[in-house]
This record gives sequence, C-alpha cells and structure tokens, in this order.
Amino acid sequence: MTIPAQIGRGMDRVDAHAKVTGAARYSAEHRPPGAVHAVLVGARIPRGRITGIDTSAALAAEGVIAVLSHLNLPKVAQTPHLIPSLAGTTAHGQSFFPMQDDRIHYAGQPVAVVVADTLERAEYAAGLVRVSYAEEPWVTTIAQGRGDTYEPERIFGGFVPGRIERGDVEAGLARADVRIETTHHFAANHHNPIEPSATTAVWEDSKLTLYDATQGPTATRLTVAQLLGIPPSDVRVVSEFVGGSFGSKAMIWAHPTLAAMAAQHVRAPVTLALDRAQTFTNTGHREEQEQTITLGATRDGELTAIRYAKTSPTSPFDDWAEPSMGPVNRLYACPAFEGVHHLFKAATMTPTFMRAPGEGTGAFVIETAMDELAHELGMDPIELRLRNHADLDPESGRPWSSKGLRECYALGAELFGWADRDPAPVTGAAREGHWVLGTGMASAIYPVYGVVNPQRARARVYADGRAVIETGCSDFGTGAGTVLRQVAADALGMDAEAVTAHYGDTELPTTVAAVGSAGAGAISAAAHTAATALRERLVGQAVTDPGSPLHGADPAAVRVSGGRMVRPDTGAGETYGEMLGRHMTFDAEALGEWAPPGGDEYGMATFGAQFAEVAVDPDLGLVRVRRMLGVFAPGRVLNHKTARSQLMGGMLWGLGQALLEATHMEPDQGRWANPSLGEYLIPVNADAPDVRVEMIEVEDRAVNPLGVKGVGEIGQVGMAAAIANAIFHATGRRFRDLPITIEAVMAPA
Amino acid sequence: MRPFAYTRAADVDTAIAEVARDSGSEYLAGGTTEVDMIRIGVARPRRVVDINDLPIAAIEDLPGGGLRLGGLARMSDVAAHPAVRERYPAVAESLEKGASAQLRNMATMGGNLMQRVRCSYFRDGDRACNKREPGSGCAAIHGVNRTHAVLGTSEHCIATHPSDVAVALTALDAVVRLRGPDGERTVAFDDFFLLPGDTPDREHPVGHGELITGIDLPDLPMARTSHYLKVRDRESYEFALTSCAAALRMDGDAVAEARIGLGGVATRPWRARRAEDILIGAPATAEAFARAAEAEMADAVPRSMNGFKIELAQRTMVRALTTVASRTGGGAA
Amino acid sequence: MTPREPGRTGTAVPAVPRQATGAEEHGDLGPGPVDVLLTVNGTLRRVTVEPRVSLLDALRERMGVTSPKKGCNQGACGACTVHVDGRRVLSCLTLAVSCQGREVTTVEGLADGDDLHPMQRAFAEEDAFQCGYCTPGQLMSAVALMEEGHTGDDAEIAEWMSGNLCRCAAYPNIRQAVRNVRDGAAAEGER
Repeated sequence: MTIPAQIGRGMDRVDAHAKVTGAARYSAEHRPPGAVHAVLVGARIPRGRITGIDTSAALAAEGVIAVLSHLNLPKVAQTPHLIPSLAGTTAHGQSFFPMQDDRIHYAGQPVAVVVADTLERAEYAAGLVRVSYAEEPWVTTIAQGRGDTYEPERIFGGFVPGRIERGDVEAGLARADVRIETTHHFAANHHNPIEPSATTAVWEDSKLTLYDATQGPTATRLTVAQLLGIPPSDVRVVSEFVGGSFGSKAMIWAHPTLAAMAAQHVRAPVTLALDRAQTFTNTGHREEQEQTITLGATRDGELTAIRYAKTSPTSPFDDWAEPSMGPVNRLYACPAFEGVHHLFKAATMTPTFMRAPGEGTGAFVIETAMDELAHELGMDPIELRLRNHADLDPESGRPWSSKGLRECYALGAELFGWADRDPAPVTGAAREGHWVLGTGMASAIYPVYGVVNPQRARARVYADGRAVIETGCSDFGTGAGTVLRQVAADALGMDAEAVTAHYGDTELPTTVAAVGSAGAGAISAAAHTAATALRERLVGQAVTDPGSPLHGADPAAVRVSGGRMVRPDTGAGETYGEMLGRHMTFDAEALGEWAPPGGDEYGMATFGAQFAEVAVDPDLGLVRVRRMLGVFAPGRVLNHKTARSQLMGGMLWGLGQALLEATHMEPDQGRWANPSLGEYLIPVNADAPDVRVEMIEVEDRAVNPLGVKGVGEIGQVGMAAAIANAIFHATGRRFRDLPITIEAVMAPA
Repeated sequence: MRPFAYTRAADVDTAIAEVARDSGSEYLAGGTTEVDMIRIGVARPRRVVDINDLPIAAIEDLPGGGLRLGGLARMSDVAAHPAVRERYPAVAESLEKGASAQLRNMATMGGNLMQRVRCSYFRDGDRACNKREPGSGCAAIHGVNRTHAVLGTSEHCIATHPSDVAVALTALDAVVRLRGPDGERTVAFDDFFLLPGDTPDREHPVGHGELITGIDLPDLPMARTSHYLKVRDRESYEFALTSCAAALRMDGDAVAEARIGLGGVATRPWRARRAEDILIGAPATAEAFARAAEAEMADAVPRSMNGFKIELAQRTMVRALTTVASRTGGGAA
Repeated sequence: MTPREPGRTGTAVPAVPRQATGAEEHGDLGPGPVDVLLTVNGTLRRVTVEPRVSLLDALRERMGVTSPKKGCNQGACGACTVHVDGRRVLSCLTLAVSCQGREVTTVEGLADGDDLHPMQRAFAEEDAFQCGYCTPGQLMSAVALMEEGHTGDDAEIAEWMSGNLCRCAAYPNIRQAVRNVRDGAAAEGER
C-alpha cells in the first residue's frame, strides 16, 4: 500500500501559532460581558452528613452574589448513571451528583458553590462558608478495606467482565517447571493536566453555551442537558483549546452542570474553574491497587498458565476498576488464564480513566513477571517473549486485525543495541562513578476500542481553491485539528495547507469523545468519509458537465491533485474552483457519516516494544533514566510529528509512573495528603532523557477506513516495566511496587 | 485570599517604622512565601509593607575578607556572583539547587531564611498544627510524614526546615544582621533558627518589625572547596529529602577542621557539630566520614514513613565529605 | 495610585512619565480597589485591583492578557511565568500592586508585529508542546534562558527549564527548540 502524501506528513500543528502567541483561549478565559466567578467548597470529611451550613459570613463578604448548597440548589432532572464516554451518549463520571442532599460520600465532594463578582472575592468567600458535619465510619485504603472485598460482575463502567477465565489454570500450573509468583502495589495517581478543569456557562433565554475543558463536547452537551432536564439541542459546548486531559476530562463531572446552575441562579455568565487541589477530588483518579500474578512455564519458556488478581477500592456508587487484566490476558499465547477483580466500597469518588487505564498497571505486572521468568530460565527476555508470541488474540481466539509486534522487537533490539547486552545482572560491572547502569525492555499492548455511534464530518470546497473540514471533536493536545486537515486534504486531492479545520463545537457534526486512543480513528474516518463524498460528487459533476475538459471521463480514473481534477487518458483537467465558477457556484459541501461496522472477526490492539537504560545510585537510592526507546505499530500514522510527540509523552508518563507519581491517602483522615503539584511529583525537564520513538506502519483494514489504531496510550504501556527491569539489570534487585522510591532503592545498610 | 492593605516603603527606617508600629503589618519582599501564605490563610496580615525598593540588595566584600549578602539580594543574583562562586561554592550550589529559576529571581536571601515550612498539615487550615495554631496538636506525627524531620523534632512539631541555602550558610558560620526599631544587632546562624520544642510557632528570635538587612559570611578559606549535595526524588524543582553542605580543612591526610550542615532532615538548618568534632584529626576516608555521620544521626527520631532518612542522611554526608576531600586534594576520594 | 471604584477592565492609557508611579507616596492603599499603572508588552496600562490580586489574575481577569496560565497558583508549575523588568518570575506569587511602574512582558509581547520571536518559531517547528497550556510559561523561560546564558549543554538547558512543568512531557522537544535558537543565534553572531 502506498501512503498518500498528505497523510503522515509531519506538518506543524494547526494551532501552533495560537499556542505560541498566547492567542489560544482556554475555557476559563472566555469572558462574556457581565461574567462572574464561582468557586467550589469541598467536604472536609470522607463520609457522613452535613449538620449545618452557615453562609452568613460568606454572603456578607464584599462582592458575593450567591451561595448555593444542597439547601437551595435545584435538584437534577435525572439521577446520573455512569457510562464511559466512548459509548457516545451521556458520560457521567460517576452515578452520583453532589449537593442534592446532606450526605457526604467522599472528602472533597462539593458541598457549596460561592458566586462573586471577582475571582478573589469568590475564593475568599468560599473560605468563609462554615459547614458542620456528623462523621460516620469509613475506609479509603486497601489496608483498611482488604477484609471487605467482593467480586464485581462487571467493571469499567460495565465495559469489562470482573472475571475472565479460559483453560485449566490448575493443570497448567501443575505441569509448569517454573513458577513466578509476585505481588505488586500501585499508589493512586492523578492526571494533573496543567490546565485544571474549568467551565464558563452562558445562558441566553433557554439556550445554554458552555465553554468547557472536555475530551468530548458532545459528551458534555448530552450529560449536562440530561442533568438540567433540557433538550440537548439547547446546549452548545465550545472547547477549541483544552489544556491537557489524560482522562481527567474524558468523563463529565459535576462542575459544568454546577456552573450552568450557578449561572441560572445569578442570571449572569459564570466561570467555574477548579483549583489544583480540587482537581484531585472532582475529576477522578487512578485507584490504589494491588495485583498478584502467577506465571507457570516449561523449562524452555512456554507459558502454561497465568493466574492474576487485583484488589482496589471503588466508590459507593459504581463498580469501577481499571481493567488491568487486559495485557496480562492478551500479550502472550497461554492455554490457561484466570483473572479476577476484587473491589471494596470506599469513601472515594468513582475512579476513572487515566492514560493507559488498566494497561499501564497490568503491563507492569506481566512484563516484570516475564523478566523474572526470563532471568529464572536464563533466557533472553525478547526470546522468551517471541516464544510466547500470540499469533491469535488469546482473549477471543480470533486473528489480530494487524499486529507488528515481532517487527517492533526486532527494530527496537537493533536500534537499542540489545544484542550487546550482558544478560546477567551487571551489578558493579557497568559503573560510572557512583552510578551502576542497566537496561531493560518490555512489550506494550493497548486495545483498539471500537466506537459504536456514527461519526460525522462536513467537508466544503470553495471556488477560490480552499477547503474546510468540520467536526465537533476537541483537540486537547492530541493533534486532532492538524490531522483533520491532512485527512481531508488527502481525500480531496488538495494540499493540507489549503484546508482549514473547524472543531471543538457541538454545532459542528457530531463525533464521539476522543478517549481510549480511539479519537484519531473516529475523526479520521468521519473526515475521510466526508471529504471522499465531496470529491466523488465534484468529480461526478465534472465528468457529466459538457463544459468540462473531464466530460465523459471514467470518474474512477480521475485523479485529483492540488485541487485539480485530471483525466489520465488525455491529461486534460480543471480545478474544483474552475468548475464551480463556471456554474456561478461559490462552494460545494458534503456531510460524511462513517458507521462503524461493529464486526467481531478480529482481535484488535496496538502493539509496541519499550527499551530503557537506567543509572542507579544504590547508596543514595537514586534512579535516573538515561535513554528511552519505543517502537510502536499504531496502524496508519496520520502525522509523524504529532504522533511522535504523543508517544514520547506517553513514554515519559511511564517514567513518572515508575519513579515518581503517587497520591497518598491520609490513613486517619480519608483524604488525599498531597493534592498539589509541589507534592504530587510529575517529571520535570531534567528528569526526561532524550527519547527515541520509531513507528512501524502496519496495514489494518478492520479498525476504520484509514487503519488508524491510535497513539494516545500505547506509549505509556510497558515503559514502567522496562525501567524496573533495567533497575534489576543494574542492581540485581526487583522492585515490584510503584512508584519505585529512593527508600526502596537505597541498598540495605 | 483575605483582603489587606499595601504600602511600599522607600527606605529602611520607614519600612521598619511602618511594620513596628502596627502588629497587623508584615514585610513583603519576593513574595514567594508571603503571598502563598496569605493565599492559603496561614498568614493574615492587615497590611503588607513592600520592601523591594530598599537599598539592601548589594553583595559586598567585608573588611577582613568576608562577604555580605544583602537581605534583599535575590537568590539568583547571589548564586551568580563571582565572589560567592569562588569563595563559597556551597552557597552557590545550594542556591541553584533550590526552587526554580523563576522563584530564585524573586526570592530574597532574607526571605529565604524567614520562609515557612512546607508541612502540608501546617498549610491546611483545619488540621492540627502547633506551629499554625499553638495547642492544636501535630497531625504530621501520625500522618503522611515521609518528608518530615528526624532531627530536632519534638512531640509538638516535626516539620522540616525547607531551605537549601540556609544549610550551607549554617555550615559556614554565617551571621544574620537584623535592624529593628531599637537599632541593629547580629545573630549567629545557630541562634537564628529555634528548635520547635513546645513552642513551634516561634521560629526565630526576631521581634516584630525587625528586618534582615544582610547575611555576613566570614572569611573562611576552607569554604573555597565547600560543596552542597542534595538528594531528592526528582532531578530538579523539589525540596530536599536529605542534603549536606560540607567544608574541610586538611592537615596532610588528616582532617584539621570540618564544617557540616544538614538539610531535609531537621526542623532547622542543622549544624552537624558532633560529626565535625569526631572528624578532627581523623583521616579523610569514607570509613571515618561514616563514623562521624552515624554519631550525628544517633539521636534521630524516625516516624512512620521517614525512617529511611536516618541512613540516607549519613550516606549523603559521606558522599558530600568525600567530594569535598577530593576537591581539597587531601582525601581518599 | 488612588483608591477608586471597582473596574473590571484594564485600559490603555496615554504615556505617563515613569516617575509618576506613586512609589514614593505615603499612606496605605487598599484593601479596596486601587489603580495600578504598569507597562504590559510595551503599552502603559492602568488596572484597578485590590492589593490582594496577583499579577496573574490582574493580567488574566482584568487586562485580557490570558497567556500567563494558572496551573497551581502556588509556585509549583511555572505556567504563569512572565518577565518583570526583564527577569522571569512567577506572576501567581507577585502582587499586581507591587508592579506599579514596572515593565511586564508576556508571550503576547514576544513577537515583533507579525514576525514571531525565533523561540516561538522554534517551539512550533519542533512540536515543543501538545496541549499548549504550559507553553507561554515555557516560552518566557526559554527566552530568559538565552539572556541568562544557561544554554551551554542539554543538561544545563534541562535544569534551567525545570521550573516549567509540562504534563504532555514535550521536554526533549523543548530542549531541541532552545538548541535551535541558541545555535541560530550563535550562527548569526558569527556572521
């Protein structure tokens, strides 16, 4: 297959100019005339009841317009029910809406909204709201809730069964020559995009406009409309610029609706921006979790059985766990598998999607266990993986729609210099001053989630030779707006520079929220369908137009390039614009709708291979990553520059996951102990080594029209394992809990 | 943020008079602590007196070979100053390992010494904290205390002193120059930072209205090979888990004199005098450094999550001393 | 600086001599709103704010200058980085009232008309951002970095850019952009 020229080009981001000049306006930066500010007040206890709210001091403070609480906030029209935003319908982040009664289910739950004329007055008055509580018993951590677990029927918003079994695990373990059995603890994590979630709400009569930081404008529209009990068509959502998300803006939490309610109450536009600490309790998190795995294998490295279990806290409202068993189940051919999720109800909000949800932690477990197995067997880690290569999807037994993992291993090994690696732990051997060096690798897998709704876009060609592609998706750093231009240009036979992309607005054709690495596949399908339809219409018009040099040509043979239609037999042609102009037409447009086929012939996933070199200072417990390489097979790559950036970002997220990121729960207070960017450590520039990203383009005819498998998550999957495996290689010590801290790595005294 | 009034002082005497006459007034210098503290409600001034225009930002040689760092000298300017880099490298290194370039452009030397602790229980208005609200208790002792102190703690407070440069300054025998309504005085670094004891709310022997006009570094030849080592999870932009400022004067292969400060482990910038005394006359070997470090940490009190700091601080000391010994040319590095 | 009624919008005012800053005046300002005169991106502006208002909020909420971003509001992320009198500082920890008479530069002031600053061009070319929210702060730091002379090698660039968090983790591309400008600047200097 030849890769069309416009697709794949590493063109600069379409919004680069706006972002480097400060022209880009994010949700809290829209200032309609008369706009005022709303600030949330969060519950100070993890569970119990509000016994009183004293708003007198807040209301008396200068500039305060209103204080809303469960005492005066309108009831929502419908009790929310959690549905992942990928379903394309309402996307409540949890089956709960705050400020409806006096119950407190988790610390930080909104209990009041203060509205004032300026931001600092609203913030100050929020601190003057006095709430008294009657606290009730609660648990929040695995240590506290371990004794009260249950096995959920389904998890992940109903997407995934709580238990998966195939084959005879007992028999498989019985015939194993070698068993690896490990237990892993993962700290809770928070997304921490640099832009905290924010919404500006504007009512004009019965019509509501929300400037909202969201991964899915349509999801915001449907969710807020349902809660307010108004028609979705009365809600417009604009989100042209979104300051990162990583899952925190994938589901629609309470604040957009609260902003709309506050705006209704005070009869003025309202901006409600969460502060950093509030993002820790209002936009979900990756749950604390414990995972155990048992691998059985023969002496020559053939896996005989995998047993896996996970325990984690969930909210009182939902059975949520990120589906960490996915990569454990699907990475390798193994005749027997058993995976079980255990949950316990805790005083927490419902956890949510966070970049590589499930795969991020599950891949750490299977990929460090495989490294242990390789070491135990005295086998090269890549060789062990190749011996267990899954030619079919182990979960479904179906063929893969595309794979490319062997090629990822091969190219990665070559580029990383894997062949020169001393397989034994090299403690002391590779030393630079106080640093000992080691290398490690891991596999990566991330499912290709099928979307279920039709995906729409509109393409328009103007007689002046320019074109527009329109679709409702938001671009929160993914490069969606940029690839829209490229996909449309490719289908129209134009240069991407001649195509303008409009997006981030529910008034444009509907697409699903860009979640689960499915965004690029969905919007490229929509844009490709629309632009192809327009091209076919224009070519069809030309070949039937007696005034056209293309008259009578076979439409299938007509080539379009630079906006000029040409018949190859004679070489004659004209531009779209010339033809439109001849008919006194200013433009032409087509709506495209891609209906996902929804077939189940294939197992669909993206694969990759991760490599890392670390330096460890065993005395001081320091680990610094020196070198990172990721080779991925994400199907068609729409823009090499932006795709590379996303993959690199994911890999560096893997570094953060491995070494830094942890949200600690106050064991005796039931609330997060470190809800700040000073204490929740994400990597800084000096932590990030140079990162090499390579992409192997595999053709995939099943996932969507262009064979796009997505790059949002796969970059993170497996990197933490590669780093932990490299630390083992450097030190001979296994670290099974994340993050791997200084106190863990410090060699024993 | 609570409302407050503002005034900008043009000279030192006016600034001091403005604050001294009003118990509700506080100085505003770089603002990196003060604005943060007001925003979170821990500082509650009626008025701030902006002292950024005062002419006390210079870095000047002192008669007799020392160096004076103006109270309003910015961290970045001190770190970049050739005299500091040449004569007191530990000071420059500690400054450049503190905070970020932007914060260092703002924060002043005086403000650095007066900065408040980063204990999250101190910052959180409704948690028990004897420093913020005397008598309310210390939530950190049984809380998430990985970053808290193991030296100089009491049952009333275990908050770590956050400064890096103060660790170097304490090791190098700096002196704090204060000016107040009653005139000028100097306070030795050791006396400037109070242990929490049963009054953790009292951090410095500074009266209301007194202003840090300067910090004097003595003439100290051994400081020319001094060094500051900082250990933290992140490579940059994070407070120390442990740190050590060290200087050595060698007499042949033996240590004649040692200056050691510890950071990240104590409720104040910690002068490791016990280790210093042990090192006098000892060989500059890792073994000798380790013995001294162990003695220094002998009285450390671990809490649920920070016990590792006791060992880590010792290794940090050994590493820093080893580096200094190699710089000094006397040791077995 | 005189107390006056709350105003919501900053307005450009005719050039006023620098000495009319009021810094020498005695007497308290606030806690109610006061007028502050400061230069923002080369234009003298008047903004009416309470003394408690940060430079960040004054720019974003009152003056329509929204490139400085609010990521943490406590000095832990660097998204609010601006230049005050030529030095990079955090506008979230700077009181607007203390900027009376000072010169503030934000990303809006980097370009020379339609000509982007070389660092802006380099950021776009090297894809030194994804979501763009930390970008104005990164750019203000990167431009300052050149002035400060901390671009010697990659480790130095990384360390001196570490006060600006980027959750998209565009760090290697940010370093590449800085190197490009450094080397371009060096090449120009040689000519």
